[in-house]
Amino acid sequence: MKVMLFAGLKEKIGEGRIVLDTPSSLTAGELKKAIYMRYPALEGDVFQVACNESFVKDGHIVDENDEVALIPPVSGG
Amino acid sequence: MKQFEVVEGPIDIHQYHEFAINEKQGAVCMFTGHVREWTKGTRTVHLEYEAYRPMAERKMAQIGMEISERWPGVETTIAHRVGKLEISDIAVIIVTSAPHRKDSYRANEYAIERIKEIVPIWKKEIWEDGAEWMGDQRQYHPDLEEK
Repeated sequence: MKVMLFAGLKEKIGEGRIVLDTPSSLTAGELKKAIYMRYPALEGDVFQVACNESFVKDGHIVDENDEVALIPPVSGG
Repeated sequence: MKQFEVVEGPIDIHQYHEFAINEKQGAVCMFTGHVREWTKGTRTVHLEYEAYRPMAERKMAQIGMEISERWPGVETTIAHRVGKLEISDIAVIIVTSAPHRKDSYRANEYAIERIKEIVPIWKKEIWEDGAEWMGDQRQYHPDLEEK
């Protein structure tokens, strides 16, 4: 699954886009767990999953064809 | 220009102001947010903003929809700049126009509060002795009612 990263998350991982070895579809909550497992440095960081440019809750099914992004708490304005 | 947009260069306020004016509107309220040098005793050298652009523009448009549901007749325009910004540069502009002034004021304040909640844009503060992405200190997202 391809996942886009922004801001502090991007800086921590060093890339704006990561590819995770996951099933072709999984819930957003499972995706979060997979990310924390793969990148222990993110422990303690919070983010929300966006799927096709909408925030989704942990139970939402994310498919590998979706546009997936991790959204840290925003700070625009 | 677009009614809701993320831009990379300086914000020209006039085009957004003009955009909000039409024969139904008797009041136009314009807010600009600027880069502040001093925050609680700490001097900012400059700022960098980053956006998840398509989603940011979509969320700005959503705020415009929320406003027209709450205050029928109000029209909203929002632009946010990304990249490196210097002290006093305009980071964000919100123009709300309405038949009467009260709605334009209220809608304008609502818009900036919602931008700070749901629009995927991030600010990095660069100080003389360090830098930090803002927002990470907060441990929640206020957008939970969606979906």
